[in-house]
Amino acid sequence: MREAVRKIRVQCKINGRAMTIEAYPMARLLDVLREQAGLTGTKEGCGEGECGACSIELDGELVNSCLVPAAQADGASILTIEGVADGVRLSTLQQAFLTHGGAQCGICTPGMILAALNLLARHAQPTESEIREGLAGNLCRCTGYSKIFESVVEACRAMGQRA
Amino acid sequence: MEERQIGKSVPRKEGREKVTGGARYVDDLTFPEMIHGVTVRSSAARGRILGIHFEEGIPWDEFTIVTAKDIPGKNCVALLIEDQPCLADEAVNHPEEAVVLLAHPDKYLLEEARKAVRIEIEPLPAVFTIEESLSRKQVIWGEDNIFKALQVEKGDLDSAWDGAAFIVEGEYETGAQEQLYIEPQGMIARASPAEGVTVWGSLQCPYYVHKALVRLFGLPKERVRVVQTETGGGFGGKEEYPSMIAGHAALLAWKSGKPVKIIYDRAEDMAATTKRHPSRTRHRTGVTPEGKLLAMEIDFTLDGGAYETLSPVVLSRGTIHAAGPYQCPNVRIRSRAIATNAPPHGAFRGFGAPQSVFALERHLDRVASAVGLAPEELRRRNFIREGQTLSVGQVIRERVDMNKLLERALEMSAYHAKRKRFAEENARGAIKRGIGFASFLHGAGFTGSGEEYLASEAMVRVTRDGMVEVLAGSTEMGQGTNTIFGQIAAEALGLECERVEILQPDTSLVPNSGPTVASRTAMIVGKLVETAALAVKKSLADSGFLKAGYGAKEFGNASRQYIEQFGALGSLVKYQHPKDLRWDDGKYQGDAYGAYAWAVYVAEVSVDVRTAEIRIEDFVAVQEVGKVINPVLAAGQIEGGVAQGIGFALYEDVVWQEGRMVNGQMTNYIMPTSMDVPVIRVHFEEIPYERGPAGAKGIGELPLDGTAPAIANAISHATGADIRQIPITPEKLMEMLESVNA
Repeated sequence: MREAVRKIRVQCKINGRAMTIEAYPMARLLDVLREQAGLTGTKEGCGEGECGACSIELDGELVNSCLVPAAQADGASILTIEGVADGVRLSTLQQAFLTHGGAQCGICTPGMILAALNLLARHAQPTESEIREGLAGNLCRCTGYSKIFESVVEACRAMGQRA
Repeated sequence: MEERQIGKSVPRKEGREKVTGGARYVDDLTFPEMIHGVTVRSSAARGRILGIHFEEGIPWDEFTIVTAKDIPGKNCVALLIEDQPCLADEAVNHPEEAVVLLAHPDKYLLEEARKAVRIEIEPLPAVFTIEESLSRKQVIWGEDNIFKALQVEKGDLDSAWDGAAFIVEGEYETGAQEQLYIEPQGMIARASPAEGVTVWGSLQCPYYVHKALVRLFGLPKERVRVVQTETGGGFGGKEEYPSMIAGHAALLAWKSGKPVKIIYDRAEDMAATTKRHPSRTRHRTGVTPEGKLLAMEIDFTLDGGAYETLSPVVLSRGTIHAAGPYQCPNVRIRSRAIATNAPPHGAFRGFGAPQSVFALERHLDRVASAVGLAPEELRRRNFIREGQTLSVGQVIRERVDMNKLLERALEMSAYHAKRKRFAEENARGAIKRGIGFASFLHGAGFTGSGEEYLASEAMVRVTRDGMVEVLAGSTEMGQGTNTIFGQIAAEALGLECERVEILQPDTSLVPNSGPTVASRTAMIVGKLVETAALAVKKSLADSGFLKAGYGAKEFGNASRQYIEQFGALGSLVKYQHPKDLRWDDGKYQGDAYGAYAWAVYVAEVSVDVRTAEIRIEDFVAVQEVGKVINPVLAAGQIEGGVAQGIGFALYEDVVWQEGRMVNGQMTNYIMPTSMDVPVIRVHFEEIPYERGPAGAKGIGELPLDGTAPAIANAISHATGADIRQIPITPEKLMEMLESVNA
């Protein structure tokens, strides 16, 4: 009935930890992370790369993990929401989302924070339009985005003060 | 007393878990031996089921297969009435109706199996529009296709027309809208005759699901348990539909003997679950020579889809809000919710009011133009004031000053200066700018005697180590229930919010606080929490263990001493309906809501007349919602609601084909992105409401009412197009611009 596809061995680094995972080559990286690595912080909102809830960093690049085949993760370094805080200490960005109302229902939040981190890695002090563009691939139905922009701006300010 | 917790932007209680990825939503949970479930749906909009065929090539003996025959109790999704089956048996009435359920450990094989079930249907003629349904050529529900009809009468409308210097008519339409919470719907169930039924899932109303499962399985109440998992947005979409999915997962679990998880993918969620009711509203309005409203005749129709579900209640709210925050001596509103062969339309933030308010506020701009007044001047002359009566005869007893809200909103948006400037600038160039507004009210809590019937309960108790626990059936779905309940209880007890825990809604632990809907959680249930917390404090003070000037430590000691002596420390409070609020359901008259939120929203738009592209340049939202408990969360409610209203006005276009949504993907059903929503400028006027906790009123639904008409009025101002229908997609606007220019 179904062709026998063999699982492959995917060796990668997830949140700084080396991992070896057996997976079908075309399995979605999203499922591999959630079901095999037990990292359920990455969410599925649409399964077609539109909503950004499954955003992660793959070798420093922001990707929708629902569109990435597991085979592509071999040899890669992956960052998910679980790797953003430093132990129990929240990152500046996470703290800003918490203080400034950037998270409501929270389902888009992991992807949104990954997208914002990725944006800040490219622009330390982004303009409003850079923030809007940087987050345009991440849909939020609760906030109307205002408090998310505010959280990003406040995080930049806090990081600037610390530098 | 000085407030220490109320009015403070305390961080979201479950926020830390949400920003770290630690929050557990239903799809994040796994149970030992858990298998997956899927739903096989009808292939026709209406017809008789002739047979169910399982095609070859699938190892069917490995599957758990459930049909209507497997239901132990009554085959219905119990809600107001029991007309909707949990699984269609002999007939189907819409194209997404569930007929067969399948479960298997392998998700991928399950998908193949779903495609290999063929449901043979003999099609019957179906009904897809309000007009077809009202014509009754096909009767598809009851005797006349009408779920509910209402009539509101105030004054003497028939004799009033003679005194009118102007009579203005108009017809307006709004489309279906998908709630589009980013977390799709899902449930996990464990069920067996020995254990009873337990479900965990994404839901707004644990006791709605509980009621439906009790009926479906014919079990005593105590054998059914419903637990809410972290919920990734609801907006009404998880008000009634979760009862269906919970039933499906539980039936599969009952038959297989294993835990079953059903998670909808986005396409299934958009196609099969409820949406905002499409509407048609007709207005006929008589105005005196002085610009005073004299007569309002309103005809309001909602398309309810194939089963009754909540349509009568949605109709009720839409009807009561149809005449707006205006004083008019003669009003008649006739309304009805009708049946079509589409999946049932249901609760969506605003609940009928966004539809009727869109019609009214567009219409009043047209009335103003016919009378020769500025839109703001027409409103000013007709705003309702304290002591005057709404269309349903409710005398306004709360302090209300709509003129002040209007002035504030116009000032914040530089309305007058912009009107003048745009008139000059729009004469040249392809970008036309416009500014428009809407004035509106939104009732908080269940309509009429609804709160009395609900008789909600909430509890506050204290543990031996002085931790305060709030037990309520009200759910957190992003709107801030946990945080504000924490603030309310902490304020009442004179503690910090960190000392208060909100228990996870679980019907085996928490009382029934009514559904988490209707802008009622802060105002109604919050008040119960406040009352219970005050009772706890009084018990401690009366016992002598708690002395004035106490801190958290003394509170903890006093609680321990109290519990050691008396056994337990807590208070369960039940809602008491105020005696002076009266409602007559037969006449449809009386005090429709305990309190209203009042608002004026202003939208500024630019329209590129070459492409009909519309941009929202600025948005000002001014409202009076009583005391604001948490400014950051409250502003977040308004901003998020305005964004959904922008989608309702401009982008969110459900495309129907034979009762089926054919654009059920995020690629072709477009919701606002960060590029589409301007900075929303929110301003609160605060007039404390004596019956709300710390003076708070309801807020959640309000922003959906006024956003779309403010935008439509702005587009009309910019382009001269007479907008009668939303969503105003560029395609539709282009056609209208061609006729304006012709």
